[in-house]
Amino acid sequence: MLNFRCLSVGLIGLLGLLALAANAQTTTRQDMRKSGFEFMGPSTQAMQKDDTLNPGMLTIKDGEALWQKPAGQSHKACVTCHGPAARSMKGVAARYPSFDDVLKRPIGLSQRINQCRVQRQQATPLRAESADLLALESYVALQSRGLPMSPPNDPRLLPFRQAGEQRFMQRMGQLDLSCAQCHDANAGNKLGSSVIPQAHPMGYPVYRLEWQAMGSLQRRLRNCMNGIRAEPFAYGAPELIELELYLTARAKGMPGETPGVRP
Amino acid sequence: MARTLINIPPTAKRGEIIEIRATIGHPMETGFRPGDDGKILPRNIIQRFSCRYNGELIFSAEMFSAMSANPYIAFYTTAQNTGTLALTWEGDGGFAQTENVTLTVTG
Repeated sequence: MLNFRCLSVGLIGLLGLLALAANAQTTTRQDMRKSGFEFMGPSTQAMQKDDTLNPGMLTIKDGEALWQKPAGQSHKACVTCHGPAARSMKGVAARYPSFDDVLKRPIGLSQRINQCRVQRQQATPLRAESADLLALESYVALQSRGLPMSPPNDPRLLPFRQAGEQRFMQRMGQLDLSCAQCHDANAGNKLGSSVIPQAHPMGYPVYRLEWQAMGSLQRRLRNCMNGIRAEPFAYGAPELIELELYLTARAKGMPGETPGVRP
Repeated sequence: MARTLINIPPTAKRGEIIEIRATIGHPMETGFRPGDDGKILPRNIIQRFSCRYNGELIFSAEMFSAMSANPYIAFYTTAQNTGTLALTWEGDGGFAQTENVTLTVTG
C-alpha cells in the first residue's frame, strides 16, 4: 500500500515535470520577433515616440499637403478620388507590396502611387526616393501606424515571395554575406558599434539619423548591399520588391511604426 | 516656407516654467561636401535662432556648419503674461522664417 502510494506520488511528480517541460516548449515557441525600435537607445526611442520630436513628421506634413494638391492634366488631387486619407488609406500600406493585375507582378507602395499619378492624375511620375514621393508614401503609411502588417494571402505572390526568401539566404558581394547571416543568425549582436536588428520593415519610410533624412525600405536594402560590397539593385527592381515581400511576410502581424526613427 | 514642428503648451499658470521645443526642416548643408557633380555645394545653414516673448528676447542660439539637418532646439521659460511667442530662424541665402504661437497665461 505504502509502496503504491509512493509510486503514485512519483507518477504525479513525473507528470508535473512533463507539464513543466511542455510549458517551456510553448514559451520557446512564443513570438521572439522584435522591432528595430527595441534595439535602439532610449533617446532615439523617445524621438520616435513623440510626434513633436520625430523629424519624420516634417515629411508627413509635406505628404498631407501633397495629398490635397491637384496634379497633372486631370487637375485632380489624391483627395478628389480617395477622400480623407485617414479613412481611405487606413491599413493600405500594411498590405504592400501587392500583386498588380495589369503588370502581372508585385509592386511596392511608391510604385503604386506613381502608377496612380501617371494613369489617373495624368502627371509625370515622381523620381524614386524624391522628397515628394517619400512624403506621399510616408503619409499613406502613417495611416497604418499601430495596425498589424498584413501581407496579402494572394497565391500569385507566392513565387515572388519565395524568390525573396531565397535571396535573403543567398550570399552576395565581395564580403560574401547573406542578409540571414546578420539578421537571423546574429541579430542583437554588434556590427562595429551598431546593434544588428532583426530586419523587420514596419517603420518605413524611416527618418534615419545617419542619413539626416527620410528614406524608403529600398534605400535601406541598397545601403546594406553597399555595406557587404555587392552591387545594389536599382530602385524599383523586381529583386528589391521580392525581398520586400519576404520581409513583410516575416513581420506579419507586427504593428506599423511609420514614421520610424533609426540611428 | 520650411516645415516646422513646434511644441508649446497652449495654457500655463503665471510663474510656471514651460518647455518650448522646435524643429525646422532645413538641409543644414555644411559647405564642405561635394555634390553629384564633384563641385562643393554652397553652404546653406541656419545661423541664428531666436525666440521673443511679447517682443522681449528670451532665448537665442547661434548655429554652425556641424549641426545636423532639421535642427531641434528645446529651452525653458517662465510664463508671465498672455501673449505671443515668436520663433525666428535666420540663415544663409536670406533665409528667414518666423512662427507665432499664442500662450494663454492664467492666474
